[in-house]
Amino acid sequence: MLRLILSRLLAAIPVMGVVAIFVFLLLRLSPGDPAAILAGDTATPEAIAAIRADLGLDRPIPEQFITWIGQLAQGDLGKSVLSKQPVATMIGQRVEPTMSLALTTLIFAILVAVPMGILAAWKHGSWFDRGIMALSVAGFSIPVFVLGYIMVYIFSMKLDLFPAQGFASLRDGLPGFLERIALPTVTLSFIYIALFARITRTAMLEVLNEDYIRTAHAKGLKEHVVLVRHALRNAAIPIVSVIGIGFALLIGGVVITETVFNIPGIGRLVVDAVLGRDYPIIQGVILVFSGVYVLINLAIDVAYVLLDPRIRY
Amino acid sequence: MRTRRFHMLVSAIGLSIGLGLLAGAASDAAAQDNKKVLRFIPHAGLRITDPIITTAFMSRNHGYMIYDTLFGVDEKMQVKPQMVEKYDISGDKLTYTFVLRDGLKFHDGAPVTSKDVLASLKRWAERDTMGQKLNDYTKEWKEVDAKTFQLVLKEPYGLVLDSLGKPSSNVPFIMPARIAATPSTTNVPEEIGSGPYRFVKGEFQPGVKVVYEKNPDYKPRSEAPSFTSGGKVVKVDRVEWMTIADPQTAMNALVKGEVDIWEQPAFDLLPELKKQKDIEIRNLQPLGMNYMLRMNWLQPPLDNVKVRQAILHAIQQEDYLAAQVGDPEYYKVCGAIFGCSTPLATDAGAVGTKKADVAKAKKMLAESGYKGEKIVIMAPTDLNSINQLPLVSAPLLRAIGVNVEVQSMDWQTLVGRRAKMDPIDQGGWHIFHTAWGTADMMNPIANAGTKGLGRQGGFFGWTEDAEMEKLRDAYAREPDAAKQKAIAEAVQKRLYEMVHYIPLGEYFQPSAVRKNVKGMVASPAYVLWNIEKQ
Repeated sequence: MLRLILSRLLAAIPVMGVVAIFVFLLLRLSPGDPAAILAGDTATPEAIAAIRADLGLDRPIPEQFITWIGQLAQGDLGKSVLSKQPVATMIGQRVEPTMSLALTTLIFAILVAVPMGILAAWKHGSWFDRGIMALSVAGFSIPVFVLGYIMVYIFSMKLDLFPAQGFASLRDGLPGFLERIALPTVTLSFIYIALFARITRTAMLEVLNEDYIRTAHAKGLKEHVVLVRHALRNAAIPIVSVIGIGFALLIGGVVITETVFNIPGIGRLVVDAVLGRDYPIIQGVILVFSGVYVLINLAIDVAYVLLDPRIRY
Repeated sequence: MRTRRFHMLVSAIGLSIGLGLLAGAASDAAAQDNKKVLRFIPHAGLRITDPIITTAFMSRNHGYMIYDTLFGVDEKMQVKPQMVEKYDISGDKLTYTFVLRDGLKFHDGAPVTSKDVLASLKRWAERDTMGQKLNDYTKEWKEVDAKTFQLVLKEPYGLVLDSLGKPSSNVPFIMPARIAATPSTTNVPEEIGSGPYRFVKGEFQPGVKVVYEKNPDYKPRSEAPSFTSGGKVVKVDRVEWMTIADPQTAMNALVKGEVDIWEQPAFDLLPELKKQKDIEIRNLQPLGMNYMLRMNWLQPPLDNVKVRQAILHAIQQEDYLAAQVGDPEYYKVCGAIFGCSTPLATDAGAVGTKKADVAKAKKMLAESGYKGEKIVIMAPTDLNSINQLPLVSAPLLRAIGVNVEVQSMDWQTLVGRRAKMDPIDQGGWHIFHTAWGTADMMNPIANAGTKGLGRQGGFFGWTEDAEMEKLRDAYAREPDAAKQKAIAEAVQKRLYEMVHYIPLGEYFQPSAVRKNVKGMVASPAYVLWNIEKQ
């Protein structure tokens, strides 16, 4: 196991190196000029050139790249072109809202979707099964922003049960945190509930037709024991894979939910940085998150080994 | 057993009442606390905290929170002393002597001195249009003592006080000398001013949240507040700027009372906001904003004045204003280039305000020698405040026979590209549209669109016009207001004749404010003093 973790971490280094080169070049080749943005409406060409020199953007691209890599080697992600704040600080400020939303969404989606999928498979072909599948199709089909607005309209504006927007840190108390995270969590969960429920149902259906399940029934085991201990455990590999991928997608895909609920997360940070051509922030976030994705994939592989001892790397 | 039950019942009732009282007290305290915190949705997120390095209005408004100015303007646009106690102009109009008010202190506790003022003005004058012009006429700035300083001119200059009291970007804010020593191309390292609020660095999240606390050391002037002048009295303990990017979410937050003021609600949401009983729509920027169409004089065929004139005659303002703003309550058709309700407002020389003259425009285009060259209009799709303007220009220009190509892009791509003087096939451009605050264009020196400096110091589009520069200089030298007005009229006529840019009308961006918010000060810049929550 340790060898697996170490080999995967070592393999991540060239991956992140390629990501770094790719992101750096892509940004430098894309249109837009941070110096012109900073200089404003009445800037003269001389003023823009002076700011560009101040930011080091007038230097050859290879030189800029080497400077950036040198900073990275010292653990420095650089400073925002616009605000001059350290990129690491800015990412740190935004990680909590995004991770909180991603985790609560994941937990809520698993808690709802996995039982739904199991029950749908168990009652395969019944009205319950069809109902779950219909809900699943709806979950895939409704755009997250539409659902978000509907949730806000009903539960915040009409029933006055939740705030309309914003994020409260867990450090400031659990009730405030839950009050603010509830609506975005439920909104964002819909599509993941649909996805996880479908995968769980399909995986369970395959397993439920296996001989050992028939044997378990023949032994007189209770239905829930057969379903959870025998069937679910053997159906878990594809479910864990999809949950892992879902988590990775969640981190990168919460921007619309963050916008609708005004959650100051990583998604908004990246969108704003792209619009403002704030290169160090874009580079920093992509690099950090490529590392996070590597870790998520590693966690999935570790989970495979734990769930199925036959799997070897 | 019965007694025990009774005791339990009494205890339960007592506990309930106690908790109820505690909850009530906590709720009262929260309400009281809430009255002392003003929550404000600005038009964008604050990222650049240096109001000198950029002209962005967000940075300017932030500047008014934490910095003070030597002079301000009142609602008649008269320049009034602010940090300055008194000033004197020598008989030959070459020496201005200023004395600072007593008790001015920076947020780090240091007193405001002449050294700080001179360093701040030096930095400002490197960046600002009016500051640069003032520099041209300046022989020297002199420190007389800690509170007194002098400006010595090379020759009389009519805009000294207008420059120092300039209400909009770049505002000559006063910073500590050690901070003002930062090159004007680099963001300041600290946010220390002497203004009515202090910047809370620990809570600053660029683009998300800015927090200001009342500056207890600030000594407001005794006069009533008026635009950027008068007493800047702070009646709340804390102001929180909360960026909400989505207009619908911003409206929800305002309606629910989670915020108090929304600086720039989307025009299409105003009818819904007007229906809300706790919300008022207020015009807090009475001078308004102006749309403009800017052409690139370096690019053929727009280097030909006859082609530009033909385009001018194809334009009618109403089309732009109706498409972009919609409700006539919030716009004004007007040909004035220094604002429609300012001291220099005039319709002299104006073309295309009410009705386009398509036949004349076609004839002029035919006579210009135009051969159907492609004209590239840059269209920013993501900037809701101006994104309709290029879409109006395209059919108006096509109607007279111009070969138009609208190129869609995001605003920041446009900002980068408009700085390029390259030919079209190398990333150049012909036309872009923008909006300016009237306060930024109230006279020929402030209005960057009138510059005739070409490639060397001109505004994007690089209009080169020696005659215009002569007029601008004459305006700057002229101390008499009536004569200044006559020169400004000549500037406007010249602008239309040469088509430096095409004014597309004035509009007003109202704010949505909860009714319990009182005392807001209308101003060319957005200012948040004198406000209390009832």
